[in-house]
Amino acid sequence: MQLRVRALETILTEKGYVDPAALDAIIEAYETKIGPHNGARVVAKAWSDPEFKKELLADGSKAVAKLGHVSRVGDHLVAVENTPKLHNMVVCTLCSCYPWEVLGLPPVWYKAAPYRSRAVKDPRGVLGDFGVKLPADTEIRVWDSTAETRFLVLPMRPAGTDGWSEEKLATLVTRDSMIGTGLAKNPGDA
Amino acid sequence: MDGVHDMGGMDGFGKVEPEPNEPVFHAAWEARVMAMNRAMGAGGAWNIDMSRFARETLPPHIYLSSSYYKKWQLGMERNLVERGYVGADELAAGRALHPAKPLKRGKFTLESVARVMTRGSFARPAQAPARFKVGDRVRAKNIHPATHTRLPRYVRGHVGLIERIQGCHVFPDTVALEQGEDPQWLYTVVFDGRELWGDDGDPTLKVSIEAFEPYLELAS
Repeated sequence: MQLRVRALETILTEKGYVDPAALDAIIEAYETKIGPHNGARVVAKAWSDPEFKKELLADGSKAVAKLGHVSRVGDHLVAVENTPKLHNMVVCTLCSCYPWEVLGLPPVWYKAAPYRSRAVKDPRGVLGDFGVKLPADTEIRVWDSTAETRFLVLPMRPAGTDGWSEEKLATLVTRDSMIGTGLAKNPGDA
Repeated sequence: MDGVHDMGGMDGFGKVEPEPNEPVFHAAWEARVMAMNRAMGAGGAWNIDMSRFARETLPPHIYLSSSYYKKWQLGMERNLVERGYVGADELAAGRALHPAKPLKRGKFTLESVARVMTRGSFARPAQAPARFKVGDRVRAKNIHPATHTRLPRYVRGHVGLIERIQGCHVFPDTVALEQGEDPQWLYTVVFDGRELWGDDGDPTLKVSIEAFEPYLELAS
């Protein structure tokens, strides 16, 4: 693949379509600036600031755009909240739609057939693959990202974190907890 | 199209295997593929649904046996050739042989990078009032277009509830075919797990899709 991809880049460059330095800049942004730490800050703020949480659940794009320190988010971000009775999980059965701006590029498993096929039919089985077991009566809501709306799960705040700063709380927020295939870490795990 | 990309509910693909401490890219070429695809899209060579459709129309055995970024590369090559930006002979030669077809938004340069880092809006002014309201019972139509659609097979023919109205958005089914944006109302439609998977389905499960208005009809 490496040779084939290099050949294509040579062609696109020679034809004047792309500047390789601009490609470098895109890659660098996804390798260093845009990742789950952005989403973790959003979640930590929602845990700490009830007014922000309200805004986030009402209009995810607008609320996140207000946070200057997070990478810019375009339209149609929808945040969905986990509660003791409801667990949200996000999938894209048709391709790989994922909230890049807040979580970065999706992991391989998110884009692969096992997750895309089973998440909508056997989410408890999928959660089991991640070592997550929910109470039998928890309602599971799976959001299939079939359009340009993007979903961010707001996980439950772990117990024993009273008085924690947003920065410290953010260390408990994992990527998987924002997709819904995991839970936020407990203070002891961090 | 009823392709292998439409995977919801299929059996036999095995366990989900998360990779601990997964790197952003597994090889340098994956990063180049991602960036070229973004750059050419931003330059106006295609839109996101043309890009998806090119991957969906890969032969099923290729789709299923190729890694994610390999599919991107194959889809991109197909789009470049079909849309006249690169010749098949150029791909074979590994170098430019013909004059370039101008990109709608010009060459992708360092100045263009900021543009792709903010996600564009797919919302458009409505062409008509929304046909459905929150709480309406709707049936996903039993349709099987051979072209690009975002209505997954596993909901077709099933009844769900309109839960949210997401505004009026670019319609993937037409824009993938270069037939215009034809904006349509977009709804979150939620289905009961047992409505989709029968009595053996998980009774605690609800599944929603994002459905464009033409995909839906009122259920009696």
